[in-house]
Amino acid sequence: MKSFFKKFGRKKKIQKEIGGSQNIITAPLSEEQIQAVFTRNMHFEPPQLVVGCGQSTGRQRDHNEDSIFTFTVTLGNGTNTQPFGIYLVADGMGGHQYGEVASNVAVRTIASFLLRKFHPILADATATLDESLQEIMQAAVKEAQRAVVKAAPGSGTTLTAALIMGQQMTITHIGDSRAYSIQSDGRVSLLTRDHSLVRRLEELGQITPDEAAIHPQRNVLYRALGQADFLEADIFTAPFPQPGHLLLCSDGLWGVVSDAEIFHKVSKAKNIQTACQDLVEAANAAGGPDNISAILIQLLD
Amino acid sequence: MGSVYRARDLHFPNVVKLVAVKEMINRAPDQMIRQTIIKNFEREANILATLNHRSIPRIYDYFSEDNRSYLVLEFIHGKDLEAIISESDSFASEEQAVNWAIELCDVLEFLHTHKPEPIIFRDMKPSNVMINLENHIILVDFGIAKPFMAGQKGTMIGTEGYSPPEQYRGEANHSADIYALGATMHHLLTRRDPRLEPPFSFIERPIRKINPAVSSELESVINTALQYDPKDRFESIGMMKEALVGAARKTGILNRIRQNTGNIQTSSLKPLWTFQCEDEIKGSPLYYEGGIYVGSRDHNIYGLKAANGEFSWKYATDGGIVTRPAVFDGNIFIGSEDHRLHVINARSGKINWTYFTEGRIRSSPRVSEGHVFFGSDDKSLHAVNVLTGRASWKFVSASPIRSTPYILNETIYFGSEGGDVYAVDFRGDLKWRFKAKLAVTSSPMVQDGVVYFGSVDSSFYALEAKGGWIIWRFRMGKGSIVSPCFSDNLVFTGAADGIIYAIEARTAKEIWHFQADHQISGSPVIYKDSIYCGSADGKLYCLEYRTGRLRWKFETQGAITSAPVIFDDIVYVGSADHFIYALLA
Repeated sequence: MKSFFKKFGRKKKIQKEIGGSQNIITAPLSEEQIQAVFTRNMHFEPPQLVVGCGQSTGRQRDHNEDSIFTFTVTLGNGTNTQPFGIYLVADGMGGHQYGEVASNVAVRTIASFLLRKFHPILADATATLDESLQEIMQAAVKEAQRAVVKAAPGSGTTLTAALIMGQQMTITHIGDSRAYSIQSDGRVSLLTRDHSLVRRLEELGQITPDEAAIHPQRNVLYRALGQADFLEADIFTAPFPQPGHLLLCSDGLWGVVSDAEIFHKVSKAKNIQTACQDLVEAANAAGGPDNISAILIQLLD
Repeated sequence: MGSVYRARDLHFPNVVKLVAVKEMINRAPDQMIRQTIIKNFEREANILATLNHRSIPRIYDYFSEDNRSYLVLEFIHGKDLEAIISESDSFASEEQAVNWAIELCDVLEFLHTHKPEPIIFRDMKPSNVMINLENHIILVDFGIAKPFMAGQKGTMIGTEGYSPPEQYRGEANHSADIYALGATMHHLLTRRDPRLEPPFSFIERPIRKINPAVSSELESVINTALQYDPKDRFESIGMMKEALVGAARKTGILNRIRQNTGNIQTSSLKPLWTFQCEDEIKGSPLYYEGGIYVGSRDHNIYGLKAANGEFSWKYATDGGIVTRPAVFDGNIFIGSEDHRLHVINARSGKINWTYFTEGRIRSSPRVSEGHVFFGSDDKSLHAVNVLTGRASWKFVSASPIRSTPYILNETIYFGSEGGDVYAVDFRGDLKWRFKAKLAVTSSPMVQDGVVYFGSVDSSFYALEAKGGWIIWRFRMGKGSIVSPCFSDNLVFTGAADGIIYAIEARTAKEIWHFQADHQISGSPVIYKDSIYCGSADGKLYCLEYRTGRLRWKFETQGAITSAPVIFDDIVYVGSADHFIYALLA
């Protein structure tokens, strides 16, 4: 009998040695670490959009050809309160100040088109939309295309727009400005696809991302607002990153500031406005070769 | 060069025999160039004289006069593709494009396998492809086609835009024809002339971005043909043809192109068991702990053994049952057209309690948080306490509710016959309301914060779940009463136009569609990598959900208007032919 039980005792020891991976003792979490996890699960009532923005001409350009637009409102009808926001970033190109005209016309045309479309909703809490958001965005892009071609023929502009309704964001995109989802756990994901020649070559496996970053034609776009008669924007809807931020920016930011540094600036900043200013400063510190624009959005829910 | 004339052959004076006369005027000042041109012309004559194919024009004669030479060819009644593209203002259908592409592969294959020497066409482009009155392809202009001799580097010829990179270096082999065919197809499907774009930039104009009606299978075949490096394209035109046929089969259009679809099993599918009720089965069955529970219009709900269809019990109500039962805590909940919700013990088939509404119940119940929720023709959504059998509240809407409620995050989503879609919270308070133009009989489904449902107004809607805003709308051919299902970023639904649609959830783009022979009124179900859906044509279809390719179809003798239920690799489905079938998935 005894020997029978002894076997058991010995077995335990052996288990410890072989199955060492099963018995790892980890260090206990600090109070701050535990706090960080819990604060993320805070619930906000009413759900709200918090927005910051930053711009700079940069260090190497003599004027600014980027344009931005932000609009934030809470729509409540007595039974339901939902945040609503329109955010636009446009980066213009073309000689003779046309770049500035192109991006500004695009942004103002889209903003006014959207506000006109949403005016009945803003004016009357019981009103409803007849068209879908994606249809409205498609029409807005068409209007902007017409306006840019008219105001600054031969020029072009990128456009990255975010329409936020409730917990869904509808992103409309042409060109190489970008929309990023920055999640609180450190994941920075690019949501849009650059419409640049190098990005296409990268997708086809013809060049690597590193080669793309230094490619002599990395600024060549095959699609931009104001160019060509046939224009299609990428439009998709996805849930807003929770918890986290949505960042819309021109290549003056993403071209010189890495994903890791973006996350670092956003998570370390005291508030969302400071975060934007820090991002712009970081781009300038890295040389500021182009105009810099950034809109940072958070949905607290 | 020269012109092409339409002429009449006077060797046959009693009839009008039309021919095409290709003229070549040799005005080249330089002797060397003149010689080259004559040689090319003769070459065309020689090649055509030896070829015998229905897609290649016959040559009747060749002669010269002064400094001009002439080819007398078969006259082709029809138009060339370039004219067809410029004269229309819409995209060619995928079916038409694939039809033509396969014929082009046929003739190119004929040329590439020509003995004694393979012939490379080298000038494939829309203006060299004629469509005759029977809608068949005729390849014209063999002026630069030449018997291919391996290793030869000739001078650069070939039209810009459709020619592959290596042709510019004078290194074209049969692979050049593959690229040019891909370029021609690309132009046909996107209506974007490659000669107006930077060379070799097809990758910048993805076909489906310009013409989303094109299937991803076809796009993939064309992209392979358009690879920059010849080694990455199809090894032979024969393989490209196979790939085209494969793509047509996957997208279901092969049935219309070729009539020999014999491969698809219909009769070899035998059900594991069947059970006959006394009237139509219009609602879906329920699987629960080894039992199958299904209602019929014969007023009964049946409890059967799932393994062999053996009868366990039946419970009679006073009205037809057209809905799916729900289960909770060993009890089966089912609504009947006798206005009542019946709660029956799953094992014994004995009634526990019933709940009265003031209208027929055609909405399937859902149980959540100790309550059973269901709609009724009395225009209300009822919330009944499962333990007490008493109503907690009811939400009164403007029209009968036949849609099955969907419950998520303490919100209940359901549609109504008047076209309203409601989001109500657990206290019965309205959160938001959306109005479609016609009835929403289908049950909504919520995924990732978006509510999906179809309406009889022919639109399929995606709404933002918290506020009820429309994010996108997809137009189907006819109205729909089908409840959608979701997998892998794709939403699936069907409509009265007989089509099963697969739509990408984020962008509202159709990924594939499948045409059945009659209306789709039963909801599809996804199991492993297949989608199962019944149609009013009596068949249950099993398709690959990613591509829409048909795997098998099972024929019953009556319309299938309900969703099948699948458990443990067995599909259970009811039909209007009074039977419930158990099939191997």
